[in-house]
Amino acid sequence: MAGRTLYDKIWESHSVGILPTGQTQLFIGLHLIHEITTAPAFDMLRENGMDVAFRDRTFATVDHIVPTDVRQRPFLDREAEELIQALENNVNQFGVEFFGLDSKNQGIVHVIGPQLGLTQPGMTLACGDSHTSTHGAFGTLAFGIGTSQVRDVLATQTLAMDKLKVRRININGELGTGVYPKDVILYIIRRLGVAGGKGFAYEYGGAVIDKMNMEERMTVCNMSIEGGALVGYVNPDQTTFDYLKGRPHVPKGDAFDRAVDYWKSVASDADAKYDDLVLYQGKEIEPTVTWGINPGQSVGVSEKLPKPEEFSDPDGAKKAYEHMGWQPGAPMLGTPINVAFIGSCTNGRLADLRAAAKIAKGRKVNPAVRALVVPGSTEVKKLAEQEGLHEIFQAAGFQWREAGCSMCLAMNPDKLNGREICASSSNRNFIGRQGSPQGRTMLMSPAMVAAAALNGKVVDVREYV
Amino acid sequence: MADIVEITKISGTAVPIHGNDIDTDRIIPARYLKEPTFARMGDYPFFDERFDSAGKKKDHPFNDPEYKGASILFVNKNFGCGSSREHAPQALYRFGIKAIVGESFAAIFAGNCTMMGLPAVVVAAKDIEQLMKSVEDDPQTEYSVDLEDKTLSYGNQRIAIDLPETYRTALTKGFWDSTALLRSNLEQVKRTAAKLPYMTGFTS
Repeated sequence: MAGRTLYDKIWESHSVGILPTGQTQLFIGLHLIHEITTAPAFDMLRENGMDVAFRDRTFATVDHIVPTDVRQRPFLDREAEELIQALENNVNQFGVEFFGLDSKNQGIVHVIGPQLGLTQPGMTLACGDSHTSTHGAFGTLAFGIGTSQVRDVLATQTLAMDKLKVRRININGELGTGVYPKDVILYIIRRLGVAGGKGFAYEYGGAVIDKMNMEERMTVCNMSIEGGALVGYVNPDQTTFDYLKGRPHVPKGDAFDRAVDYWKSVASDADAKYDDLVLYQGKEIEPTVTWGINPGQSVGVSEKLPKPEEFSDPDGAKKAYEHMGWQPGAPMLGTPINVAFIGSCTNGRLADLRAAAKIAKGRKVNPAVRALVVPGSTEVKKLAEQEGLHEIFQAAGFQWREAGCSMCLAMNPDKLNGREICASSSNRNFIGRQGSPQGRTMLMSPAMVAAAALNGKVVDVREYV
Repeated sequence: MADIVEITKISGTAVPIHGNDIDTDRIIPARYLKEPTFARMGDYPFFDERFDSAGKKKDHPFNDPEYKGASILFVNKNFGCGSSREHAPQALYRFGIKAIVGESFAAIFAGNCTMMGLPAVVVAAKDIEQLMKSVEDDPQTEYSVDLEDKTLSYGNQRIAIDLPETYRTALTKGFWDSTALLRSNLEQVKRTAAKLPYMTGFTS
């Protein structure tokens, strides 16, 4: 018998049975919830007199709507205040552990799960947020779900799911200096397309991935959904175990050793059979920047903007140029920016802030640029401050904020105005994503954002490292 | 739970939205996700494409009186990509859309649609072109999506449609509202959970 993938193994051990639809009823080991996608799900529970089936496997926080400057309650935004109150009432009524605004554990849901050791290898995990694939960095099967599915997980701790195929993506060799995990995932999406992962789970591997630390692997897995893949993961290894050891929800002593045995056992077998295999070389990858309105529309920073005819969907590229107001053939280098945003579930962790601070240290943000750094969690903020990163940023002219999703999707007061162009370490450059229907987003690594902030335009971060 | 509702056939006029990779941020801007219920989502689909900052109507099929009352939406490739927000299909459904026909759909979006009883069905690229042209030529054309024989018909035309068999069964047999079905296995769920080492703290 051919070997099995991690996906196969976890799918099998978590299968409750086959439903009359032909779908598998899959047990969900960990359910993370936040304020945005859950209120109607709790309403449905109440209407039907149901309880949360596994409340000790359910954890809540608040991240999307949190103001990052003044956190005083009630929020100035009345809708945001009502939404956080709805979540507070729901977690109280149903007895769900809640990392609220005043908790030291508050933060972006995909930052705090790993940070607390809640996210573990060999587990299934669901959250009403498409970037749940982040947790796949641990060898977790993590699914981004909608509100009706949140209701199902609350009421039954299971989901009705169809099994995916598995595509192994190997990044071999090594990355050049100034090339970061964000560039790796943007490159993969550029090559395979924003819909290329449909029907697949992405298993990332190869020397480049092996060498990455956990925070870096999270950046790669985070954007799997931007490539159309519902699930992305990395097989657990010693790097994973070392990261987890000692975290609050990770077993201790002998139990930790038994956990490691289990975690090792779920990794894909050496002779595992994949439905597809893709190989790239680390040296192919440049610092990468998006020029369009989806995360697949990117170029290496030294390239010129592509012609619409180079794409299978020239109309899509034309629509992107229409929104961005740029011309094909123009160089990416030197594209002006107005705003710089460092943060989000993609790039709001300590490693990201360190990389950006290294560029910002002893330099000044261009006076025309509004630059903000938003740590991914209250804990990340604390650790960064212990290292003095906030002072480096502030001295350079960056605003240093409280933790939250912030300008990634602008559900809080952090927004673009009018036609502003934002160099952003977030995950989506969709039209209107950062709060202004005319606003423009360029995705890049946190170090590239920092370098762009200093110059008021896109530059090659390799000149700084 | 709600009564079992079998969804087998959706008939009505249609409205086309051209373009690949239309993301859920475009279908419903994030600021509307601050509302604690889906009740008003029907007011917001494609809001920023339909209205300018002063609230003045822009040119958009959802504003076009010719397509008023349409219950079937025609779209191109990878419709509904991006955010998992169920507010997107909720907005379309509450606006009046009862079936979506396209070249392809993003995974989470298609799942969300199915779970709310909104079929998202796939047709070939040449067929969607023909369908969009037919509705643009005559917005009063009546279309009928039949999930049982997997066809879309209008006038004397019949086009093959496709959707995952599990989704088709869920819709046509009334299992799309899945909570009751999943909950009926709760004892088996507990047995599955008890066998997972992390559920017992790796005690053995």
